[in-house]
Amino acid sequence: MDASRRDFLKVATVGGTAAALFGFDLKPAYAELRRLKIARASETRSTCPYCSVSCGVIIYTLGDGAKNVTKQVVHVEGDPDHPINRGTLCPKGASLQQDILNERRLLKPQVRRPGGTDWEDISWEQAIGEIAQKVKKTRDDTFIETDAAGNKVNRCESIAFTGGCTDTNEFNYLVVKAMRALGVVHIENQARV
Amino acid sequence: MSQATLRIQKISAHSGTVPGEDTQRQYQVCKLVDTTTCIGCKACEVACVEWNDMPFSPTAFGNTYQTMPETRWNYWNLILFNEHEREDGTLQWLMRKHQCMHCAEPGCLEACPADGAIVQYTNGIVDFQQANCIGCGYCITGCPFNIPKFNNVTKRMYKCSLCADRVSEGLEPACIKSCPTGCLHFGSKDDMTELAGIRAKQLRDHYGYDKAGVYDPPGVGGTGVIYVLHDATQPELYGGLPSNPSIPLAVKFWKHPLKWLGNIAMVGGLIGLFVHYLKFGPKAREEADLAPKGGA
Amino acid sequence: MTNGWVDIKNADMILVMGGNPAENHPCGFKWVIEAKRNRNAKLIVVDPRFTRTASVSDFFAQIRVGTDIAFLGGLIRYLIENQRYNKEYLVNFTNAGFIVDKEFKLPEDEGVFSGFDEKSLSYNRATWNYEGSGGKPAAAKPGQPAGLPGLPERVDFDPTLQNPRCVFQLLKAHYSRYTPEMVERVTGIPREKYLQACDLFTSIRKDGDTKKVATVIYALGWTQHSFGTQNIRTAAMIQLLMGNVGRAGGGVNALRGHSNIQGATDMAGIFDNLPGYLKVPIPADGSFEGWMKRITPTPSKPGDWASFNYWSNTPKFAVSLMKAFYGDAATKQNEWAYDYLPKVDRNYSWVNIWDNMYNGVVKGLFAFGMNGVMIGPDSNKNIDALKKADWVVVGEIYPDETSEFWRSPGITQEEMKKIQTTVYRLPCAGFAEKDGSFTNSARWLQWKNAALPIPPGCRSDQGIVAQIFLKTRELYQKEGGKFPDPILKLTWAYTNPSDPSLAEVLKEINGKTFADAEDPATKQQIKAGQQVPSFAWLKDDGTTSSGNWIYCGAYTEAGNLTMRRDPADPSGLGVHPNWAWSWPVNRRVLYNRASCNVDGKPWDATRKQVWWNEGTQKWAGVDVPDFKADSHPKDHMGPFIMNPEGVGRIFGPLGAFADGPFPTFYEPVESPVENNLLHPKQRHSPVVRRYKTPDDKYGSVKDGYTVICTTYRLTEHYHYWTKNNPMNVQLVPEPFVEISEEMAAEMGLQGGERIKVSSARGAYIAKAMVTKRIKAMTIDGKKTYQIGIPIHWGYRGIAEDEGKTAKTPVNLLSPTVVDPNAYTPEFKGFLVKVEKA
Repeated sequence: MDASRRDFLKVATVGGTAAALFGFDLKPAYAELRRLKIARASETRSTCPYCSVSCGVIIYTLGDGAKNVTKQVVHVEGDPDHPINRGTLCPKGASLQQDILNERRLLKPQVRRPGGTDWEDISWEQAIGEIAQKVKKTRDDTFIETDAAGNKVNRCESIAFTGGCTDTNEFNYLVVKAMRALGVVHIENQARV
Repeated sequence: MSQATLRIQKISAHSGTVPGEDTQRQYQVCKLVDTTTCIGCKACEVACVEWNDMPFSPTAFGNTYQTMPETRWNYWNLILFNEHEREDGTLQWLMRKHQCMHCAEPGCLEACPADGAIVQYTNGIVDFQQANCIGCGYCITGCPFNIPKFNNVTKRMYKCSLCADRVSEGLEPACIKSCPTGCLHFGSKDDMTELAGIRAKQLRDHYGYDKAGVYDPPGVGGTGVIYVLHDATQPELYGGLPSNPSIPLAVKFWKHPLKWLGNIAMVGGLIGLFVHYLKFGPKAREEADLAPKGGA
Repeated sequence: MTNGWVDIKNADMILVMGGNPAENHPCGFKWVIEAKRNRNAKLIVVDPRFTRTASVSDFFAQIRVGTDIAFLGGLIRYLIENQRYNKEYLVNFTNAGFIVDKEFKLPEDEGVFSGFDEKSLSYNRATWNYEGSGGKPAAAKPGQPAGLPGLPERVDFDPTLQNPRCVFQLLKAHYSRYTPEMVERVTGIPREKYLQACDLFTSIRKDGDTKKVATVIYALGWTQHSFGTQNIRTAAMIQLLMGNVGRAGGGVNALRGHSNIQGATDMAGIFDNLPGYLKVPIPADGSFEGWMKRITPTPSKPGDWASFNYWSNTPKFAVSLMKAFYGDAATKQNEWAYDYLPKVDRNYSWVNIWDNMYNGVVKGLFAFGMNGVMIGPDSNKNIDALKKADWVVVGEIYPDETSEFWRSPGITQEEMKKIQTTVYRLPCAGFAEKDGSFTNSARWLQWKNAALPIPPGCRSDQGIVAQIFLKTRELYQKEGGKFPDPILKLTWAYTNPSDPSLAEVLKEINGKTFADAEDPATKQQIKAGQQVPSFAWLKDDGTTSSGNWIYCGAYTEAGNLTMRRDPADPSGLGVHPNWAWSWPVNRRVLYNRASCNVDGKPWDATRKQVWWNEGTQKWAGVDVPDFKADSHPKDHMGPFIMNPEGVGRIFGPLGAFADGPFPTFYEPVESPVENNLLHPKQRHSPVVRRYKTPDDKYGSVKDGYTVICTTYRLTEHYHYWTKNNPMNVQLVPEPFVEISEEMAAEMGLQGGERIKVSSARGAYIAKAMVTKRIKAMTIDGKKTYQIGIPIHWGYRGIAEDEGKTAKTPVNLLSPTVVDPNAYTPEFKGFLVKVEKA
């Protein structure tokens, strides 16, 4: 039964007439309801990026995944299959939709030059090229091959890598691999603090 | 718009009988709020705001963990925080999810002069139909829980819909789903009443809360939201939950003896408009809402 | 966590201390509530504040910040005195009956154990050993003296626990001074109340009951102290004494603070480890063999007991790691490319990065999702350090304080022009835009799928790191440079090298075999080139590779097991064996052999996890047994297979801890109490050092810093991240400071008024939240105030950008002081003064 906004009154009125005639009315009244906003959205199973419970979340995105659609997130809610959170979320997990779609997101590489008082835009290629050069120069200038006792140490104390809490295992592995290869010893993570 | 599956059993200010009344069997839905396991995390608040796509509503520090002093037209669901020192000197930090109680005998619907602005579905959900709302604010006087809130821009009243859009599709309300500790539970009124009773008994038998009990006030015919309280004899401690709520006499008095007036919806509408003008006047911003208020 | 989130539902008694899971882990906390709902479990909360966890507790005690060891030490005393321990477990599964070196001395009044050297502020730990015979030199941590004697191969042992030199008797003597009266004076918890807490918690072992189980749940409230590791150890000792470790509903459960810092720890995102908790090589090791000799333990146990000593496999894990890193370039001839690994002989941990940057050693910094200015401690010091750096690369999704340190509040345009640091800010992908695995607190590796494309302009984090690395490698190829070999020869054979597929990376982490192999016991075969099924297949001859041995089994020939999504739980114990994958080898509860008595029968038949099957002569269970599968109970193999003793350590021997084999109460470095009441001659931990840059200032009562300050998170916010999210800002819009009604009355202060909180290092301004939930305390007869500050606001965020805050990060206040074992800063207790702003 279709009950649109206008139909409501119609149904009610018709009902009223019928009721007046027969004393009761078999045709039930319906009100307008907001359509379920995720009815046709795509579901992606993911993991909440906040605390260490690692709740399962379902990210609902606009569209059915067709090529001509740019996905956008419409809603996030808990994954009811997940054994730990069983569909529940905390106030941070429940607001993930706004973390994904947030107007404060950084969207371009920037650089602040020595003595600079503001950000400047920089291309990815330029930024990565400059960073690689700085890494090499810093490493070459300070690399320690042996310690005072003559032991080989092969380390670079002048570069530090600090990793965050939401870096994946695979990212962390790549970091450890690449940084240890460079001889970096100042490797730390949110895990410490 | 959506194909509705929720039938109506009560309509505000409607002339004649409700069409289809008593032609459908549907179980009463109910939210059980176990205040003894509420951790005040506000997941339910966010889930409500997120699901219902509510616009950002600025808040200010109010010497409390409570998000805002009371619910707003775009904030239907609020955890009330209260610090309570018991006689033995121990502290209780009471938290209660405050929202529309979905009364079996809704005072708002009773008071509403606009035909079809407030409906009660056969499953017990009391829903505002903004398309039919005239913004008179009568529902406010009818509600013993201070729930309906006015939007100054749309000139309509708003409140918790018990996620009728989700429930009609077979899903639980957003707040229920989010609740981390399961202090919120959803199901049929019978099942929730039973669960609540079991929990209250457990609190009495194993946790030393001799006065633990269930809040399901008869003055409004029972509610579609029931609470388990540590101390059912003092619901006021939980942010002023009325111990014996009822539809205000004035509403009953002027609605019932004058019920024939309801047959002429226009009259109601006109009165509504007039009263609304008296009450709110021309356009005004709702800034009082933002002011911090005491409490904890 | 030794156990898991869902497993908490099996507990009969829950102690939450040094944590606030209702606020910080709400969805995991549900299992505490489930235990209460379904088992009538009791929840005890001990915290400096009446938290939201306390609001649903059955017993709450407000404790003075940083006095947990006094509380727990008194609890040990109580449970010994009242025989609330599990004697069978204690004798057989712990080192309680081990005899300790004759020269070992308890701290008593002196407050230091035997072997303390005042000059170097460190211990010679030679006497922290067992009596016995045989053994080899023990492992040392970086920066600590090597060449200690090793643990004896055969340990002298007294199963009656009566020998005055046995661990149990020493323990009893050590904590005899932690009387309820003393605990009251130190912690501020009234004696009667304290005894109620002790009685309630240990009630599960009343009258010899060994069926019931208690769990201990903690988080950063225990770690972030200058004695953090020992806080946790005291809890572990209590759990061993009561026989709660290894059991469903028991254990010692660390609630990690963030989504993947368990994984980051496993993967050695920290300076002193390599993946899988392999200790980094030190210069003195000299060779791969020397390194292995130092870090591979040999068994140490009473003569007729068995010890699995699983770390004896260390060389297999280390060689496989080097093969994963260097492939064909790691050969037996070049000692598996041992020279390519940097050698570590000093502390390069978090606070040292900033100290060394301040002192000009660290010149370049990468910060990926790590907001060092906000994290602190001593944010001003970190800002000052960044001013001295040459370059900083920040990978972030929101503008953060670290990338904008050069325009932090108080820096003028003139000063800004003098700051020579180049800062690159690279926009990364958000969590929903990338896949990969997270390891949760329960050691579950869960794969997450990307739901959305990376926004135009941004790049994946692994892509950025890969591109920087490959560009650097290209420069070394072209130009040469210092010791280029490890850079040039590092394996990087991903299908898309400049944006590696994380699934490929996980395959590499799991590891593969280069040669056909067969398991002699099961005759199972694997072919060259295949993924290894588990770390039992790893070899030290170069025929296997594995980037992290403990993750071996996560991505096998059966596919990516971290993607598994079968929620079934046939045992009903919350094991969920086919949901995702748990390290090690999909085991959900660690040390689960200890869930059975000596004979291999479960302590509680209703919570059967593993058991000895006499028919098959094997261990069986609903979980993967954490044990040698065919070790008969009569062999008396210890259940703690990662310890060379095979048993749980009530006494932490030799190099295990820098600050003592038994936890000892010390005052926080900044404390209002002048004397250590328990060990009067040693106020602070004797091995804790102060840092020496001009920014490192420490406050004391005589300088007017009399109020104890602690810091924490709120459930509504996530660190420095959700301040960018309107919904969370709506919930708690502004920073605040929680203070007691009594203190507010004394100051003539109303809730909502602005106050200034100052430490020796900086000042913080916010509104006061006056509450009944923090009370003034009486500490050794003196009235003492504590305040608390949530950490979430800085100088970039919605409220900050709208000018609604004073833009003062809380960690302007906290001191650079670290725990001597874990190097975690003391964020949780320091001194401040409070005035109206």
